[in-house]
Amino acid sequence: MGLLSKKDAVLLSDPLADNNPITIQVLGICSALAITAELKASIVMAVSVLFVLGLGNVVISLMRNIIPSKIRIIVQLIVVATLVIIVDLVLKAFAYELSKTLSVFVGLIITNCIIMGRFEAFALGNGPWRSFLDGIGNAVGYGVILIAVGFFRELLGSGTLLGFKVLGDSIEKTGLYALGYENNGFMLLSPMALIVVGIIIWIQRSRNTSLIEEN
Amino acid sequence: MSKRTDSNSYTMIFAVIMVLVVGSLLAFFASSLKPNIDENKRIEKQQNILYAMGINENDESSANFVSTDIAGTEFVKYIKKQLIIQGNKISEDDTAFLIDVKKEQTAAKAGNERRLPLFIGEKEGKVFYVAPIRGKGLWDAIWGYVAMDENMIVRGAYFDHKGETPGLGANITQRYFMDDFIGEHLMSASGDFKGITVAKGNNDPKNEEKTDYEVDAIAGATITGDGVSAMIKKDLALYVPYFKSLKK
Repeated sequence: MGLLSKKDAVLLSDPLADNNPITIQVLGICSALAITAELKASIVMAVSVLFVLGLGNVVISLMRNIIPSKIRIIVQLIVVATLVIIVDLVLKAFAYELSKTLSVFVGLIITNCIIMGRFEAFALGNGPWRSFLDGIGNAVGYGVILIAVGFFRELLGSGTLLGFKVLGDSIEKTGLYALGYENNGFMLLSPMALIVVGIIIWIQRSRNTSLIEEN
Repeated sequence: MSKRTDSNSYTMIFAVIMVLVVGSLLAFFASSLKPNIDENKRIEKQQNILYAMGINENDESSANFVSTDIAGTEFVKYIKKQLIIQGNKISEDDTAFLIDVKKEQTAAKAGNERRLPLFIGEKEGKVFYVAPIRGKGLWDAIWGYVAMDENMIVRGAYFDHKGETPGLGANITQRYFMDDFIGEHLMSASGDFKGITVAKGNNDPKNEEKTDYEVDAIAGATITGDGVSAMIKKDLALYVPYFKSLKK
């Protein structure tokens, strides 16, 4: 990464692994549970958060010296909400199809605690460029987990990936289903998302024991 | 950080300015983009009605509308008549397209007689009666268009939603769900209105039984499915007198 100093590169790489917003900080769990029943929704959500967090972090960072500390949370909330609503309106006017896919996520993006968390913890105390990198890093870290969870839930729950029947047709009994394989409907329900996230956390901590807290 | 930003007066002034800036920004975007958005919605409604009639660009598994450029001309080509039904009065009126089902439902609650739009289309010599329906899902509104023949046998259906859960309730817009409705009977042979129930465990996942008044539900989307059953029962029942009058 010739473009970035070592300190800046850490901002991008850290949230991907050792400081992942979902598996280490346990932020953004609500949306990770709600919308990962299929891969496509996970990807749409990951891209939306990437956009909002990258841009929002820059806006908050630019405003960091003029925001009154007493109402900073409200100001942050307004910035996210405004960004998301403007994006939604522009999409509705010029890319209607895409906006229909996205409309469900608007409310979820505004209330995503990763966004508020990064504004509060990073953008309020750092310059715009570093805040931008931090936003991108955290959004990608969030997206990676979301996509991993969406992949397993859609594959095992519906036997499809992005809507394609990769395991054969469950009603016509072709492919794997001819051998007696059945979809696990439980994978489609939210509790299973929590279990999948739990398994990812388990794997991550057993590979990197320094992450385990001492009691 | 300076102490300046901690004072009450600064906080108040900041809040007021912020609200003004954000408010005018949003108002500007909303009003300048409104014509485009309205146009998109109008085209979408035409696409929905055409979709229910089976005029679409579906490939093997996904649902695709006719393209936005031709939706207008296709609509004029296939929709032969637009009716407004109000009580016993049936009038032919091209403003039926503009009727907002949501407003009519609210008006009906206030005691006014509801105006029911009905679109009569013709394709390959068959007549399609397309009626809009609207109800509640788990999170927000759900709605749809059901195309029927003169015996209230479903010829096609299109459903949509505002904010159902992606991967679960949102799947009412998927082919495998909407296509299940095709061929289902809404009325029994003796003329009783039965509706169509989105049923769990109806032992008919391939949907071969067309007179059971049931289609297979989506796993994990019970409340959205119940919403679909309810809006079909409630809104389509209002059209029963019209269909009965066709047979006289």
